[in-house]
Amino acid sequence: MLEWRRRREPSSAMLWLSPVIAIALTMLLGMIVFTAMGYDGFHGVESIFLRPFLEPQRWADLGVKAAPLVMIALGLAIGFRANVWNIGAEGQYIMGAIAGTGVALATYEMTGWWILPAMALAGVLGGMAWAAIPALLRVRLQVSEILTSLMLTYVAVQVLYFLVRGPWKDPDGFNFPQTRMFTADQTLPAMMEGSLVHLGIPVALLIALVAWLVLERTTAGYAVKVVGLAPAAARHGGFSAGTVTWATLLASGGLAGLAGLFEAAGPFGQLTPQFPVGYGFTAIIVAFLGRLHPLGIVLGGIVLAATYVGGEIAQSTVRLPQAATGMFQALLLFMLLATDVLVKYRIVWKARAA
Amino acid sequence: MTPEMLVSIFMTLVAASTPLLLAALGELVVEKSGVLNLGVEGMMLCGAVAGFAVAFSSGSVGLGLLAAIAAGVATAMIFAVLTLSLTANQVATGLALTIFGIGTSSLIGAGFVGRTIERLGPVFPAGLSEHPLLKAIFGHDIVVYLSLALVLAVSLFLRRSRPGLILRAVGENAASAHAIGYPVLAIRYAAVAFGGALAGLGGAYFSLALTPMWADRLTAGRGWIALALVVFAAWRPGRLLLGAYLFGAVMTLELQAKAAGVTWLAPEFLAMTPYLATIAVLTMMSLGRRTGRPDAPACLGKPFSAS
Repeated sequence: MLEWRRRREPSSAMLWLSPVIAIALTMLLGMIVFTAMGYDGFHGVESIFLRPFLEPQRWADLGVKAAPLVMIALGLAIGFRANVWNIGAEGQYIMGAIAGTGVALATYEMTGWWILPAMALAGVLGGMAWAAIPALLRVRLQVSEILTSLMLTYVAVQVLYFLVRGPWKDPDGFNFPQTRMFTADQTLPAMMEGSLVHLGIPVALLIALVAWLVLERTTAGYAVKVVGLAPAAARHGGFSAGTVTWATLLASGGLAGLAGLFEAAGPFGQLTPQFPVGYGFTAIIVAFLGRLHPLGIVLGGIVLAATYVGGEIAQSTVRLPQAATGMFQALLLFMLLATDVLVKYRIVWKARAA
Repeated sequence: MTPEMLVSIFMTLVAASTPLLLAALGELVVEKSGVLNLGVEGMMLCGAVAGFAVAFSSGSVGLGLLAAIAAGVATAMIFAVLTLSLTANQVATGLALTIFGIGTSSLIGAGFVGRTIERLGPVFPAGLSEHPLLKAIFGHDIVVYLSLALVLAVSLFLRRSRPGLILRAVGENAASAHAIGYPVLAIRYAAVAFGGALAGLGGAYFSLALTPMWADRLTAGRGWIALALVVFAAWRPGRLLLGAYLFGAVMTLELQAKAAGVTWLAPEFLAMTPYLATIAVLTMMSLGRRTGRPDAPACLGKPFSAS
């Protein structure tokens, strides 16, 4: 019969293989579930997972959707490594966009190269400010950052609604709840003429590289790891858990804020009530799929971006509702967590004793 | 304010509190066994959509409630297999469960948007349940009375019964409980299933009693508030009842202010009150308890494997 045996050391081969196994299992399970629900499961999964990669005209969209996911997930992964569970990235993402939009509306009649960097800075600070609240409460009062960061997401959504319906409503917008469109100086430049691809994509890759260097090659990155794996050892080693909590929450808040600003100044070009699309939550899956490793996260971001792009394709090819994308993403996370067991354990075949 | 108005506000308060109370009570038992299931919101949504789908198709609200309980247990079992049998990270798995619940409920619910059903009615005959004053006591539906009975039952179970004592032992020190010979994983499976059942029922209270229809993300973060309530209650059922009704009051206030047409405060700010109140309550709890967190079960969130 089959038996689980604990490995003496975690398998490094399985560490990288298990996400691949998880993706394969998710495709299989997705086919079964979608078929059971009365859709064309095979073509549904094909549309969601394969078509975005096979059709070159989708690649630009893939990059546009991967950029914010990668940016947010990088920040989250740093925190997760230290056992700091910021799950309110969605709120920090919204707040970053709001802060940056504030700058955009204030500089509406101005021109200059400095406007966009100022918006980006405001975005980072907006996200950081929103993440500072759970950081303060966790470090000073031991309040769970999980609950506070999540609650603040609901608050951020309401702040957004209030602003676009009230003080920030476009005066020439026929009473639609949305802000003015950003001007040319307030919009991310396209990387190629006439394409969707914007500056956010190279920036996300650059941040991944920096994050990798910081985590793997600096004392700060080591402190994060130690605090997460062995809090007691960290105290002896002189690493402060409080400092790490502050640093990881501010870093993840800032990155989520920047991602939000890029989304507002890129694909959206304004703020609307439809702005929050759940990237902050999907980025959690990206962080795990990438094994909390910056380079893995870039790959994970592309895979999850494919589920968004493919989800849209599946809507037209097999009439799969948009919600199927969310369920598919959750199945992927389940499979990832399940296949994690392969890293710690191995399966052995044992003949049943007579 | 007339007594009749007070009674009617009280009815709203009870209705708003009940799903929170159910979900939080389930999670309390789960956490007492040493397991942290952050997927309450996901289980509630699965319960809400299953309850509505079955009630709509069968025409029976009672069958809907049973289906909701079954759906809650089924989703909880995904969590149990991953975290208990495969020792996956409980925080990550709980989050996955919520993401799964949002996606699945929205996928299943897509076919039911805009449909309505007859809402869950009061238990007692009209003479009592529609009396302008007596309805404060007799005008509620079966789930309300059940939720109150469950508070008492869980409280007695945890404090006075042998199985309850074993469950607490598993939550406080899983290794010792295992050494004495108690089946740690089986007990935790049972606790997680109970939590799922109550979360499913709490979720269905939204779609079958509060607003008898389906809408995406119907529970609007109440599952997370339920998690905060368990902390607020310091893992004690009696205080949980108090906390749930306190939050029910906050939400009723929001509804009353909206109905009264309060204009000096934008509706968006009213809508954020439950979430801000949650943060405020968690903060105050911490201020009142300066010495670490002795209330929480010692093994909360830590995986256990016998080998």
